[in-house]
Amino acid sequence: MARTAGLLNRSLPAAAAAVGALMLLTGCGAATVNQGVAAGPAKTDCGTINVALNAWVGYTADAAVFDYVAKNKLGCTVVEKNLNEQISWQGFASGQVDVIMENWGHEDLAKQYITDQKVAVDAGSTGNVGHIGWYVPPWMAAKYPDITDGANLNKYADLFKTSESAGKGQVLDGDPAFVTNDEALVKNLNLDYKVVFSGSEAALIQSFRTAEANKTPLLGYFYDPQWFLSEVPLVKVNLPAWTPGCDADPEKVACDYPVYNLNKVISKKLSDSGSPAAKLITAFKWTNADQNSVAKAIQGGMKPADAAKVWVDAHPEAVNAWLK
Amino acid sequence: MATLLRERTAAAVPLAADPALWRRINRRTWLLLAAGALWLLGFAFLHGTATLSLPAAELTDLHRILNHFNAWIADNRDGNPVFVYLLTPLRSAVGWVAGFFMAIFAASPSGQLIPVMGWLGTVAVLTWIAFAVGNVRVALLTAAVFTFFGFQGLFVDAAYTFALVVTAVLLTLVAGIPLGVLAGISNRVQKVLTPVLDFMQTMPTFVYLAPLALIFLIGPASAVIATVIYAAPPVIRLTAHGIRSIPENTREASDSLGTTGWQRLRTLQLPMARRTIVMGINQSTMAALSMVTIAALIAAPGLGQVVVVALQSLDVGTAVNSGLAIVLMAIVLDRVTTAASQRAEPGAAKSRRLSGRTRLIVLGATLVLALGVVQLSRTILWAAVFPQNLNIGPAIGDGVNAASGWLQANLYFLTHSFREAVTVGILNPFQSLLTDTPFYLLSAVIILVAYAIGHWKLAAVTALSLAVIISLGLWNDAMVTLASTLLATIMVMLLGIVFGVAMGRSSRLDQAMRPMLDAGQTMPAFVYLVPFLGLFGATRFTAIVAAIIYAAPVAIKIIADGVAGISPTVVEAAVSSGSTPWQVISKVQLPMARKTLALAANQGLMYVLAMVVIGALVGAGGLGYDVVAGFVQSSVFGKGLAAGLAIVFLGILLDRITQAAAATPVRRQVPVRKQVASKI
Repeated sequence: MARTAGLLNRSLPAAAAAVGALMLLTGCGAATVNQGVAAGPAKTDCGTINVALNAWVGYTADAAVFDYVAKNKLGCTVVEKNLNEQISWQGFASGQVDVIMENWGHEDLAKQYITDQKVAVDAGSTGNVGHIGWYVPPWMAAKYPDITDGANLNKYADLFKTSESAGKGQVLDGDPAFVTNDEALVKNLNLDYKVVFSGSEAALIQSFRTAEANKTPLLGYFYDPQWFLSEVPLVKVNLPAWTPGCDADPEKVACDYPVYNLNKVISKKLSDSGSPAAKLITAFKWTNADQNSVAKAIQGGMKPADAAKVWVDAHPEAVNAWLK
Repeated sequence: MATLLRERTAAAVPLAADPALWRRINRRTWLLLAAGALWLLGFAFLHGTATLSLPAAELTDLHRILNHFNAWIADNRDGNPVFVYLLTPLRSAVGWVAGFFMAIFAASPSGQLIPVMGWLGTVAVLTWIAFAVGNVRVALLTAAVFTFFGFQGLFVDAAYTFALVVTAVLLTLVAGIPLGVLAGISNRVQKVLTPVLDFMQTMPTFVYLAPLALIFLIGPASAVIATVIYAAPPVIRLTAHGIRSIPENTREASDSLGTTGWQRLRTLQLPMARRTIVMGINQSTMAALSMVTIAALIAAPGLGQVVVVALQSLDVGTAVNSGLAIVLMAIVLDRVTTAASQRAEPGAAKSRRLSGRTRLIVLGATLVLALGVVQLSRTILWAAVFPQNLNIGPAIGDGVNAASGWLQANLYFLTHSFREAVTVGILNPFQSLLTDTPFYLLSAVIILVAYAIGHWKLAAVTALSLAVIISLGLWNDAMVTLASTLLATIMVMLLGIVFGVAMGRSSRLDQAMRPMLDAGQTMPAFVYLVPFLGLFGATRFTAIVAAIIYAAPVAIKIIADGVAGISPTVVEAAVSSGSTPWQVISKVQLPMARKTLALAANQGLMYVLAMVVIGALVGAGGLGYDVVAGFVQSSVFGKGLAAGLAIVFLGILLDRITQAAAATPVRRQVPVRKQVASKI
């Protein structure tokens, strides 16, 4: 029992010796491979830009092109952070995020961080237009042409019944982060449907993919631009058209989603810094087709930076206009 | 044989001969029957009333109040002294330690991609450490696995993950072992700590991830702190347990020599509890590794990032490649810490082949060799950065993608109809029984069951937990979750009994199954969710399957250990008296492993509950969905927080009831024992 030289007693000095020796090596000033690499591109006054990466490929395309231009034309150091939307906005307050490349509405967050806390600034439109709505797989639109009119949905409710929807038709929702009025829509449009929450975008996309492959019925929430639409061109179901103010009260919404002018948001800090990156992000503007071409390349397995380079090399005037 | 008979009768007599016990068991049966009848009657006549259902987008006043929590943190971060003097320095300290390890293994502080130690140096040093604390076998395993990370094209990511896990485990030990010692020597500390640890283990990480990222900012420091919160309870519990299970007379002998409290701790309690403490370290390490993907959601670098990013584009192959790396790292850490705990065994020193001095010489020589390799990896590029042309990661990914595509294309109709049968035949009626019975009636039924099993104290805890869930405004969601949870647990127990008994009876099967069980426990669920979605769709059934994959290995392992631990003489006796293998299993092995079965049920339930939030990502709905939504939408944050609390109380309720059920004797057992005894 007196033998207390236990595991810790034995291994701690050993580990300490290892770490000590390591530090000795680190400090000994021998030429290491690190020093060769450290001499990268010359630093400019651009500084470090923290870019939030939200979870959809369209966003990744925007960010990839911005990052490529900022790095290679302005000499900025760009740090990309994979975050969801809510955490990205939080990052404005803590100074850890400078740029959100593609913002979909999020009026509550805009109010909290732009209006109230004044830590973020709207940096203008990306030029992309977003559509949210209810979609069906293409085989259904071909077989039941009148299904794309929301007024006919009740006629087809039986088709969309699943084990999850309690005897009604199923409307499948995706990532809970996304803007949705679907429960209110079902109620206010008197639809014989139930909203089922798949819980993630991966679940939603996989469901549409399976539905098209196996020709099974599916009605679900989706949005455009989205890379998946170039794999399976989902067809939008038209609900009563959006008019200004028709979605003012979230409980009483009975109209389709508005068209979103997607915008960029940057931190107040970056906006005030006078960095050329702030000018670049404000000027950044392109079309849905541009975004889809980059997003598709990324989806096809290309690295985002490589896909961005291809697009930038092919569109020198557009890029030069941003940099002016 | 004679000893065996004596054991048997000694065990059977008090059970059969104690009339008070019989009465209690009878009363319990009556109470349970009454509860069941009440439930069915209530369901039949009051069906659909007082269900307390709350649509997903609607909030209660309590949820709105909780919504302000995030805003409150944001407002107070700069001024409040707690933040300025406690939390901010804590963040800097944790961030510094994490940065230190990341710089050594994964990337140098100047922001370049080459670490202080190149890959070869890392492999050499880790192999040497595995050898020093374990043995040659685990050292070779370490070297092989870490080199394989390079071939997977994931060495840097794996190194980041390793650095963060090491940081988290170190901090866990620094905080956990002293707390565990305190809880081991003081009853009062133990009493205060137990509910806190329960809370830390059952509160879904998604609930506190967003506030944590607000307090400790986005990045490695928050990730490490979130990991520590989840990983600390096992080492605290096991340290306390180790100290408490030292025999009383040993302690008295030491006291009679006049040792002081500190001396006793240093010379008696810590050395004797050493093996249990190292087991706690092992459990905490596994828990830390299971947080890798979740930590990636607040931008912690490493393998988790690869998984999360790959799944955005449903790239199953890349996700599996990275998931495989996580599993392999878990296996290495498990085997090395297990070997370390065997080395820590009090009698282990005598059976060693090398004498103390020879071993020291060997250790010294290999250390010099390892340091030489480290220096090499700092000066030559191929030893610093793993050569790109040896990367077989994409090939692994393509293979997996092809396989998963084939499965989805060819098995869909089979899996689809199986899912429909289970959902319509079992899950929907059962869930309806829970959600459509009025809440007051079902609460009464549950409290009655608790009373039947564990008397007033358990009934009181149960009533309190139910009251909390109801006042959180989430009764209906809680019942949806409970239905899936119970169904999954039943499946887990069925699998546990089938495979556990088989493994307990055959050590060869045991050896073959272990790696698969380890994989099921450590493979991040995110990885296999996408193929499952393809097979089963976004449904509660998919969530149940995911929960079974995660929870069944635990139940199987516990039951296998229990069955293997039954004294072989008992089994031999049964065999020699002419019992068939089936009789041996059903009449001897299962009844004798009853305590283990109860433990397996308890742990299986807890593990299933741990998957509630992950299940919500594939269609489980219920409380898990509320938590996920609260994490990503600030407008429903309060509801997510409330749902997290509801999961905690559901967990406490289920845990206490199953523990109590495990502690009291079961009626069925008495005739079984009689039969065996009479046969002999």
